[in-house]
Amino acid sequence: MNAALRVLSPGLVTTLQDLGRPGYARLGIPGGGALDPVALRAANALAGNPQDAGALEVTYAGPALAIDAQSARLAFAGADAAIEILSGMDATCGRTVETMRSVRVQRGQIVRIGPLIRSALLYIAVEGGFEVEPVLGSVSTYLRGGFGGWQGRALVAGDRLPLRLDSVREHEEQRLEGLDLAVPTRLRVIDGPQIDYFSSEEIAAFFSSEYTVCAADRMGMRLHGRALRHSRSFDIASDGTAPGSIQISGSGQPIVLLADRQTTGGSPKIATVVSADLPALGRIPIGCKIGFERVTIETAEVLRRALFAEIDGISSGIVGLGAGIAERATDLLRCNLISGVVDACI
Amino acid sequence: MSEAHPSGLPCYRVLPAGDTALTIELGEGIDRRISALVLALTRRLNERLLRGVVETLPTLRSLTVYYDPLVLPAKSLLAHIEELMCGLEMAEQIGRSWALPVCYDPSLAFDLEDVAARSGLAPGQVIERHSGITYHVYMLGFLPGQAYMGDVPAELALQRREIPRQRIPPGSLAIATTMTCIFPLETPCGWHVIGRSPVALWQTRPRPHALLAPGDEVTFRPVSLREYESLLARAAESAPRVASDSPAGAAA
Repeated sequence: MNAALRVLSPGLVTTLQDLGRPGYARLGIPGGGALDPVALRAANALAGNPQDAGALEVTYAGPALAIDAQSARLAFAGADAAIEILSGMDATCGRTVETMRSVRVQRGQIVRIGPLIRSALLYIAVEGGFEVEPVLGSVSTYLRGGFGGWQGRALVAGDRLPLRLDSVREHEEQRLEGLDLAVPTRLRVIDGPQIDYFSSEEIAAFFSSEYTVCAADRMGMRLHGRALRHSRSFDIASDGTAPGSIQISGSGQPIVLLADRQTTGGSPKIATVVSADLPALGRIPIGCKIGFERVTIETAEVLRRALFAEIDGISSGIVGLGAGIAERATDLLRCNLISGVVDACI
Repeated sequence: MSEAHPSGLPCYRVLPAGDTALTIELGEGIDRRISALVLALTRRLNERLLRGVVETLPTLRSLTVYYDPLVLPAKSLLAHIEELMCGLEMAEQIGRSWALPVCYDPSLAFDLEDVAARSGLAPGQVIERHSGITYHVYMLGFLPGQAYMGDVPAELALQRREIPRQRIPPGSLAIATTMTCIFPLETPCGWHVIGRSPVALWQTRPRPHALLAPGDEVTFRPVSLREYESLLARAAESAPRVASDSPAGAAA
């Protein structure tokens, strides 16, 4: 038995992620895990997995994967994208499926995912999961540390990701209703640990300005907009960071730390994105404009409760796909009208 | 934002680091007494095994506590901290002592000449000063296993480089302000590189492991380039073989 997903092309940066490995910050290791844990949970729920299982995190451009198993069930959650199921290497046109649903595929078929639309993240879960050894309790890939996930790195062409199941039962496919994975334009924040490094004018400017995401990876998101002047030094004695910490470096431009953040930092942190907005933060693609809204820690806790309620509701939002005939009609249309055309919008 | 302790006990400030973390700052400057308090508080808090505390991260002069406010409200966590602060004493010496070989050969010490020029010393004197004292490990951070060691002698305490290097090799020994570090992985770096160590401060195989811990004491033993290379070769030999790429459950 040697079931696997074979990587034909890896996409931009595709990594294996689960809910991360909290507990090792004292060693310099961030919690890591899915940038959008809500979408990760949704993908796993659609695939019939425990929500904390490892799944592929796709950024910006999707991979092409060949099925080296008798059959497998894949599920997609996150960004919209052109997801095509091709019958083999030579096929030019396949059936298309939507995000937020599962699909059963057979040996030799190819799942080809185009550029992600509007959002930066898409998760692909596989029923039964990947056969990968956890490191420090997690299969999340920590790129900077070079460990976890698949060989501690992003996927490359030629990789064969071993699957736990060589075949999956045929049953009605699932889709997920009522989960909002929209890309936000405003993020709620509470005052940061070094907000006293900034004058009230600079703080007001921060909250009234729009910032553009100009670079992003799993460690952080670099923003560009109104530069902020530090009223004290721009160096602090390094202290602990958190996902969502907003550092103002020497240039005066903000950097928002994400799941694979450096555990400690020497730049003043003006604000912290509330925990309930972290999943949405990860979805924001490069080029988007965002603003910050100041809330109290009490509000942050209310929002956190609401996020957990939303997560609890994922499983009850899963329904049978039904409408098989309509789906085939769409496939025919797509083949006739736009076969071979590559979607290239983000 | 901040609270001073009402009694005559150690003053501290509570800084929210989001709704799931808070930082307890125990002093203004960087010194070993504050570090000892930070480590003592860390230990006492960890000993309580509070439900809702996810993890604790001691840093130069503060302790960051990561918690779930829906399990342990901030108010309750702060009540525990206040209790622990009463009668908090500097941790007795609990760390280990290490003598780490480092090579200051110019071929590995990209900034040794520059550091010498900036500090008005000869390169040999920089090496003497840097390797002449015992360092205290304040914290691990930035990279896995990366130990921040202080205090660098005042004459070598330089601000970071104006232009950071794009990457420095693993094992690089560097200084900035009052701290010295051995960078465990290749990384961009704004510090002044004055040597390299063959010792792996961080290993992922056979299992992830950090050599140093906060509270440890470290001295540097200068070695020649030849000795450095032979130690490096020996380390590579004794390192566990890289595991096969095919995972156990999926052998062909």
